[in-house]
Amino acid sequence: MFHLIARRLLQAIPTLWLIATLTFLLLHLAPGGPFDEEKPVPPEVKAQIEAHYGLNLPLHQQYLRFLGNTLQGDLGPSYKYAGWRVDEIIRQSFPVSLELGGWALLIALTLGIPLGAVAALHHGRPAETSLMGVAMIGICLPTFVLGPLLLLVFSSGLGWFNPLGWSVPSDRVLPAMTLGLFYGAYIARLTRSGMLDTMHLDYIRTARAKGLTERLVVLRHGLRNALYPVVAYLGPAVAGLISGSFIIETIFFIPGLGMFFVNSAFNRDYTLVMGTVLFYAVLIISFNLLVDLLQMWMNPRTRHD
Amino acid sequence: MTKEKRESAASEARSLGRDAWERLKQNRMAWIGGLIFTAVSLLCLLGPLLIPHSYETTNLAYGAQPPSMQHWFGTDDLGRDLLVRTLVGGRISIGVGFAATAVALLIGVAYGMIAGYTGGRTENAMMRFVDTLYALPFTIIVILLTVLFAESSIYIIFMAIGAVEWLTMARIVRGQTRALQKLTFIDAARVNGVHHSRIILRHILPNLLSPVIVYTTLTIPAVILLESVISFLGLGVQAPMSSWGTLIHSGSLKIDVYPWQLIFPGLFFSLTIFSLNFIGDGLRDALDPRDAK
Repeated sequence: MFHLIARRLLQAIPTLWLIATLTFLLLHLAPGGPFDEEKPVPPEVKAQIEAHYGLNLPLHQQYLRFLGNTLQGDLGPSYKYAGWRVDEIIRQSFPVSLELGGWALLIALTLGIPLGAVAALHHGRPAETSLMGVAMIGICLPTFVLGPLLLLVFSSGLGWFNPLGWSVPSDRVLPAMTLGLFYGAYIARLTRSGMLDTMHLDYIRTARAKGLTERLVVLRHGLRNALYPVVAYLGPAVAGLISGSFIIETIFFIPGLGMFFVNSAFNRDYTLVMGTVLFYAVLIISFNLLVDLLQMWMNPRTRHD
Repeated sequence: MTKEKRESAASEARSLGRDAWERLKQNRMAWIGGLIFTAVSLLCLLGPLLIPHSYETTNLAYGAQPPSMQHWFGTDDLGRDLLVRTLVGGRISIGVGFAATAVALLIGVAYGMIAGYTGGRTENAMMRFVDTLYALPFTIIVILLTVLFAESSIYIIFMAIGAVEWLTMARIVRGQTRALQKLTFIDAARVNGVHHSRIILRHILPNLLSPVIVYTTLTIPAVILLESVISFLGLGVQAPMSSWGTLIHSGSLKIDVYPWQLIFPGLFFSLTIFSLNFIGDGLRDALDPRDAK
């Protein structure tokens, strides 16, 4: 266990370095810079601004400076949001994205697991077919179609929710639903097939033979083991929730980190792009480690690796 | 001896193939998926030739018209026929889906096969590299690539997507190759002095077909989805061209005034993803009976 954590943390170092370098090179190779305005500023002013941020240095010096600063935890000032530092922007906007993602994940799990289990327990009957049909629709309806449709029905049509923003609690409902339904559908499919695999195993027969109620057999013996694939999916799911948040935050005008990331790429806001990319990378790597630990805890068979 | 062996292997392969075909024939959802996908592709391919409107001619007098006899799907803000734009957009989306998947397929199969076949330290290093890439936040990199090189258009998009999607393919192929390596017929070929390239092409590649086919079919909708995400964020295909992602995006901005601008492209898009997923599921059940439920 300790061995695994240590190894994964060591592996994270080259990964993060690779990401940082790749992003740095991409940004500097791409045409356009952060201070190319639509209305051009006088060249001497632009030169002064660039000198202020060290953009006039040779590329390798900029790179070393960037690595050094990042290692010291300094992500630099944003180029576009004057007066804001990158870590301040992340600290302000990430909680919003985190809340959105948290609700979405909650919706996905509370919808997906029961529906998938029910479908598996009705294997071969109409209930399974219709439930899985609904799940398939959920998978195929992308968030950027579902979001506007939900807005059309529940906001402009019925007037239950505000169309935009993130101020009152009810503003969470539509974005979280939009983001969560896809993952709910996918988790329903995973739960169903996990359940089908599990329910004909010997120990289920044993559990039945020793006279447990069907409820206990399903909940304690069946579902627990059927959930391994779902837990394994949580890693990719969270990475997906992050990229999903770019879209949701754009549709619903939510001031989360996803919106800042997309804008920063458009604006060539070098420091903000690097900061967000590295932040997301750390987030994904640590979450994957967490999922692996959770899997080991749930399933002793995976502990010997 | 080799000839005999080849013949018996061929007849076995055929019967396996027939077996899979029998299973596929019985899968009604896969059939429906196949029909829908064929219909959508044909419409996108031939439709624009038959409809007397152009996807780029604007006509402000007919801006944002609801569906009518003349414009079945209505028009967009600039008076362009939405049916033609949806179909042309489908060409791009489906085209990118196939092209990027082909890129992923080539890289993934070659990489995975070489890693699995060579084994040892090389394999270890190659797969460690894949693991490292796996940890990268990829949608983010694709978004970055497309924003930064926006001018160089659609080729960047599918190169970027293809370069991302090969990882899983490489893992699957490598695992399968490793498993095949241990089988006796590969040993037999080796003992007979068959060259490595021939072993790979003749004996390993054909046996990789089923998992590769299945995963390829499932990659196509994933790629189409990714392209749409990028286009939706305004980073993909640029006007006057359209992909489903760009159409859905502009439709979503005006959903409460001109709902048809979202609904028709959204419907085509969802139907395509839906049908491709059913085909992929059907193929998996047919080609990999162990997994069939």
